[in-house]
Amino acid sequence: MKPEAVYFFGTCVVDLFFPEAGLAGIELLKREGVRVVFPRGQTCCAQPAYNCGYHEEARAVARGQMALFPKPLPVVVPSGSCAGMMKHHYPDLFEGTPEHAQAVAFAARVHELTQFLVDVLGVRLTDRGEKATVTWHSSCHGLREMGLEAEPKALLSQLSNVTVVPLKRERECCGFGGTFSVRYPDISAAMVTDKIADVASTGAPTVLSADAACLLNIGGALEKTGAAARPMHLAEFLWERTRER
Amino acid sequence: MSAETGATDFHASSSKALLDPSLRANFRRAMDGLMAKRAAQFPDPAEWNALRDLAASVRTRALAKLPELLETLEAKCVANGLKVHWAATTDEANAIVLAILRDHGATRLVKGKSMVSEEMHLNDFLSANGVESLETDLGEYIIQLDGETPSHIIMPAIHKNKQQIARLFGQKIRDAVYTEDVDALTATARRVLRQKFFEAEAGLSGVNFAVAETGTLCLVENEGNGRMSTHVPPIHIAVMGLEKVVERLEDVPPLLTVLTRSATGQPISTYFNMITAPRGPGEKDGPREVHLVILDNGRSRIFSDSELQVTLRCIRCGACMNYCPVYTRIGGHAYEAIYPGPIGMILTPQIEGLKRRHELPHASSLCHACTEICPVEIPITRLLVRLRKEAAQPPAGSKVLDAGGGRSRLEDLAWAGWQAAHTSPLLYRVMGTALRLFGPLAPRGLPLLNAWTKSRTVPKRAKRTLQDLVREKGIPDA
Repeated sequence: MKPEAVYFFGTCVVDLFFPEAGLAGIELLKREGVRVVFPRGQTCCAQPAYNCGYHEEARAVARGQMALFPKPLPVVVPSGSCAGMMKHHYPDLFEGTPEHAQAVAFAARVHELTQFLVDVLGVRLTDRGEKATVTWHSSCHGLREMGLEAEPKALLSQLSNVTVVPLKRERECCGFGGTFSVRYPDISAAMVTDKIADVASTGAPTVLSADAACLLNIGGALEKTGAAARPMHLAEFLWERTRER
Repeated sequence: MSAETGATDFHASSSKALLDPSLRANFRRAMDGLMAKRAAQFPDPAEWNALRDLAASVRTRALAKLPELLETLEAKCVANGLKVHWAATTDEANAIVLAILRDHGATRLVKGKSMVSEEMHLNDFLSANGVESLETDLGEYIIQLDGETPSHIIMPAIHKNKQQIARLFGQKIRDAVYTEDVDALTATARRVLRQKFFEAEAGLSGVNFAVAETGTLCLVENEGNGRMSTHVPPIHIAVMGLEKVVERLEDVPPLLTVLTRSATGQPISTYFNMITAPRGPGEKDGPREVHLVILDNGRSRIFSDSELQVTLRCIRCGACMNYCPVYTRIGGHAYEAIYPGPIGMILTPQIEGLKRRHELPHASSLCHACTEICPVEIPITRLLVRLRKEAAQPPAGSKVLDAGGGRSRLEDLAWAGWQAAHTSPLLYRVMGTALRLFGPLAPRGLPLLNAWTKSRTVPKRAKRTLQDLVREKGIPDA
């Protein structure tokens, strides 16, 4: 059932590095007649500290975020990774604390953006863009924590002028992994080097993902090597091609 | 590994491995092949989910009754005529094996493949005590010839290509001529090993499943060397980790089917041995004595933690290695551990302690590929995070060996700063602005930035953040 209003959790990486993707996500939701609420105090889902084992620090940040989304509205997140953190790890993080029930209830309201667009809103897109070729990187947490596989492809398949050339190793990690990329820069570099070679072999000028952190990694490596392809968040790509001008 | 401190340097060993193009190519090719073969065995997701649910439930039930099942296993084995030995440590296990060999004056041992014997460093120990301990699994034979350890738990010589093996055989085996013909190489090894099987006074094997209700030791193999090692010499010694027990005979097929399919993409292995008793009166073959050595080596400690206990579900199929993007690039030796790859990253720190191995759980991008394909549903990714927590912020009463052993004051400070910046919207904005204004001026020598920019450009903070944009667009705050 279509809700009247939703919360939008932009994520820190989108906020700082891919703000247009966040705005595009909001516009896609608004176009479906949904009121979008963006609590200003939001910062980060707390995944970096959680993944590094600093769970006290993660709890402090997560507690602050949950308090910003008090109404029983869906919380839509333009990242499979951050959505996965809030949906699948908040209950664990607060296990044995007074906020556990709150965390479980909050987690149940969390949706990844493209899943929300397809599964809850049932969006139909009209492609207004020029012919374009893209490739798709299925981010690990979106794919394997949130089960995000059919939805982004369903959205792309609605765009009549867009050809998707799949990566040879679509399901393989790009090597970001948060602090992994700086704790083990050589291994991370080997992984992203292979990923951008895979991107190059598709010939597509654009690599799409529904996770900004992967795009930061892949995009940084593309730029460093002078490769032609550019990273773009799926939400931005969808909005730019379908908005009425 | 440093001989003086026992400390390992995974950073150095993994970075070194990445620079070896031959190793990179050998692993990528091999892992691609293994993934394709496994995937072909599980074409139907519904069937795969049903199979792994069943396998996981068999292992979960076995662990739930572990102490009781081990007692039943011992009683059944003794009733069947086996001799059962318990070893708390690998030193004890080695001493038990040596005592059995000395009792019989045995100086030549043939071995089937066994990862527990690798844990024991049995070959080195026996060699130092005047016993020739010969690996008869082809892969194990190859690396023993070259003085190496396994780089994969199922395919121990997977890091070598056929040219490297051809050179090795040419150098190390008398009368062997250089050939890259795989059948000829295999025939050469077979010729050497065949003679050794007949000469050996004892054989040693691992155990894939030990059935408590019947006292049956199950051995999965493809080369027949397992059967030769356990049936030709007059004494058979089986070594197993104490988690290998299952309750009933009917628990074996559900595990066997996911083991062979996950490990090598085979619907079933070429050989499957079920060993229940030594040679009986009037029987013409089989060993006269069968010994079972049950090893703990830290497993009881793992068992005592209700969450980490699931580590012991593992049936050693190695699929988590084949699917790991890190393992695929650095190979098994870089881990400097008996068990490499994702299962090793959760098992090794628990056995060797977090003081020595706190770096291992961090050697993962947490991509969940291992968790997705584990046939007994071990939540490896979740346990990696748990061990990171045990290293940095162990809960009171933690049972993990050397809990808190990865603590770093610098990292504590960094996360305290991170918490401050993300619990105060004002500070978050200030930090974001600082990133925009001063980020480009950050000195290139900063270690974290250096690590990132080796292969990527510096991320550029957007001129206006999403917070700025939503304010301009009048998106409601509540």
